[in-house]
Amino acid sequence: MRLQLSPELEAFREEMRTFFTTQVPQEIRDTVAARRDLTKDQYVQAMRTLNAAGLAVPHWPVEWGGRGWTPLQMHIWREEMQLACVPEPLPFNASMIGPVIAAFGNQEQKERFLPRTANIDIWWCQGFSEPDAGSDLASLRTTAVRDGDDWVVNGQKTWTTLGQHADWIFCLVRTDPTAEKKQRGISLLVFPMDTPGVTLRPIQLIDGGHEVNEVFFEDVRVPAEDLIGEENRGWDYAKFLLGNERVGIARIGASKRLLAQAKSFAEQVTAGGRPLAEDPRTADRIAELENELLALELTALRVVAHSADGKPHPASSVLKLRGSELQQDITELVVDLAGPLSLSSFADGGSEVPDWARVATPEYLNYRKVSIYGGSNEVQRTIIAGTILGL
Amino acid sequence: MDFTFDSEQNDLREAVRGLLERAYGDGEQRRRVTGTDPGFDEKTWSRLAEMGLLGLPFAEEHGGMGAGPIEVAIVAEEIGRVLAPEPFVEAVVLAGGLVAAAGTDAQRSEVLGGIAEGTTLAAVAHAEPGTRWSPSASAVTATQDGGSWTVTGVKEPVLNGARADVLVVSAVVDGGGTALFLVRGDASGLTRTGYRTHDGGRAANVRFDGTPAELLGAGSADRTAEIERVLAEARIAYAHEAIGSMDTALRTTAEYLRTRKQFGVTLNRFQALTFRAADMYVSLELARSTALWASMVSDAGGDVIAAADRARLQTSRAGRHIGKEAIQLHGGIGVTAEYTVGHHTSRLTAIDHVLGDGDWALSRLAADVRGHETVDPLGAPYTP
Repeated sequence: MRLQLSPELEAFREEMRTFFTTQVPQEIRDTVAARRDLTKDQYVQAMRTLNAAGLAVPHWPVEWGGRGWTPLQMHIWREEMQLACVPEPLPFNASMIGPVIAAFGNQEQKERFLPRTANIDIWWCQGFSEPDAGSDLASLRTTAVRDGDDWVVNGQKTWTTLGQHADWIFCLVRTDPTAEKKQRGISLLVFPMDTPGVTLRPIQLIDGGHEVNEVFFEDVRVPAEDLIGEENRGWDYAKFLLGNERVGIARIGASKRLLAQAKSFAEQVTAGGRPLAEDPRTADRIAELENELLALELTALRVVAHSADGKPHPASSVLKLRGSELQQDITELVVDLAGPLSLSSFADGGSEVPDWARVATPEYLNYRKVSIYGGSNEVQRTIIAGTILGL
Repeated sequence: MDFTFDSEQNDLREAVRGLLERAYGDGEQRRRVTGTDPGFDEKTWSRLAEMGLLGLPFAEEHGGMGAGPIEVAIVAEEIGRVLAPEPFVEAVVLAGGLVAAAGTDAQRSEVLGGIAEGTTLAAVAHAEPGTRWSPSASAVTATQDGGSWTVTGVKEPVLNGARADVLVVSAVVDGGGTALFLVRGDASGLTRTGYRTHDGGRAANVRFDGTPAELLGAGSADRTAEIERVLAEARIAYAHEAIGSMDTALRTTAEYLRTRKQFGVTLNRFQALTFRAADMYVSLELARSTALWASMVSDAGGDVIAAADRARLQTSRAGRHIGKEAIQLHGGIGVTAEYTVGHHTSRLTAIDHVLGDGDWALSRLAADVRGHETVDPLGAPYTP
């Protein structure tokens, strides 16, 4: 049992902090701090800055740009990035398809895709969920039928995040409709979004933004060589991918950043002639959230130290579950601090309401997603009850 | 940062677990022991002493083992796991801790040596009726006449106050400060009325009426700061005792859900129940992380008071959640005395109120919330 970081890790932390706060363009970090949407160019510029310094895909195999870091180093990297308001490397590239290709792709696929994925020369999007396959992903119905040297894809995907920016999609498709278990007949295909027969339709959300999309496939021809790994093994790759996704999804550093900002917002709003920060109920609420975040961060540190063979610790479900709840609690706190100012959500020019209060409710509404994606919190409870408690 | 025990700590845990499993692995044995005074088993107490556990945190020159907060945490968790009624935190961490913090070398050797050997049961007489969770004495006063002191007033509840061989008493002295005193169990002017507590323990009303007392330490300097620190160390130890208890309550509940049948199926077929068990696990693990961290802060010489408040808040919330749900998921059997799980809830409730509850800790943390931007557990050592 040791509290302190070793001198080497202290130095590592300082190195990360210095890089993130001095090398990533201020204007991009300001956009994240203001909780405004990033443009495609800002995402790309940030990720390329990280990649040039070897900081975009540190968890990948070393030969493909990974750093061979310990789980604790990975934690520090992620936390410092979030605290510094640096946009994380695009998750579809860095956390999802990249590690899958590195683990299961053939050499040709690795050489063709991994460098361009790390450098976001390809912007990937995810074709997993379907209108009738959400938490029950294995019931997906998009099909791929072999025709000569091609697969022919028909069907529909949904909740495709930032698909409007994407160059390529990685897509779960049913290649063997006769398989006894529905998990067995699924494969993973990748193809460009401008392939004939691919149509993208935006989904408007209650926060007023355009973040997710529906994607339709009509006789889309995909060369057979663009099937990743083995035919009908796609479910294994999906589980691998979703397990990776869960580890970084707690976003503890980002929550710490927002809670610190919330404290400054509480100083800016007065109630009864005194700053809200002096109101005992407000202070209690902030202090309780701070303690919950501390407990979560400590749990993350415990869990990362026990991740064996790159497999996520079963308790990583706790991180996803509580991490998402705390993100939601903090965005709710910010709306409450804004009070009536929160109604000026869509004000553009001519409003005297501070920007943070205008963003508050759209963000709160947008963040309802975090307990739904990445395996809904009910799925996480099922995992905890089944895998950990044996229920 | 490293949350793993070393091999000696693992050995300690195995040894303590073995001893306590033999004593209390069967819940009936605990009921029998707590049913008669002094509410714990003197033989088990002696065995704990023989293992060196009753002198665990004391310096070797005072008869102790010279171990640290991590070892104390390990023992406390094992105590909680089987609800051992032996007053480890109360006598060793709290009473012994105050003597170690304030006593002269001679007092430390005598009292701590006696605690470590299991021959002296020490109890802290600090709480007073009508006050709560203060590091200072309030209505109990001490008066000096020549070289000797007397104490007057009422302390209650004093845990193990009737059985104690020596009481560590806080009292207000001239000038308004709080000093600490040793009062022997056979002192004149000492009236002790013992009773059972809901969790199977013992407490007492202790009345001092011009009772001869020995000043702890040299000079009647205010001891509030030392009391505050030792209370914090005890809060952290209690956090671990609570973790042990919650862990057993959850495991017992999960086992019950796997085996109890209603409507022709085992209860784990009902998602309404398994999801609640999953939430109990989340509460437990978050509290465990915080308690372990607080012990590491204490071990590293960091801000033990703030760390204890954080552990107190987290284990209070978790203890209530898990204690209540453990009973509800069992149904009626959970509130019967013959079944174990309700006793865990009772003990968790007692721990929650002896040195400050979650809301109390929260109000202390909230008073300081503007003093820092973020809470950084990787900072070394932790300062708020």
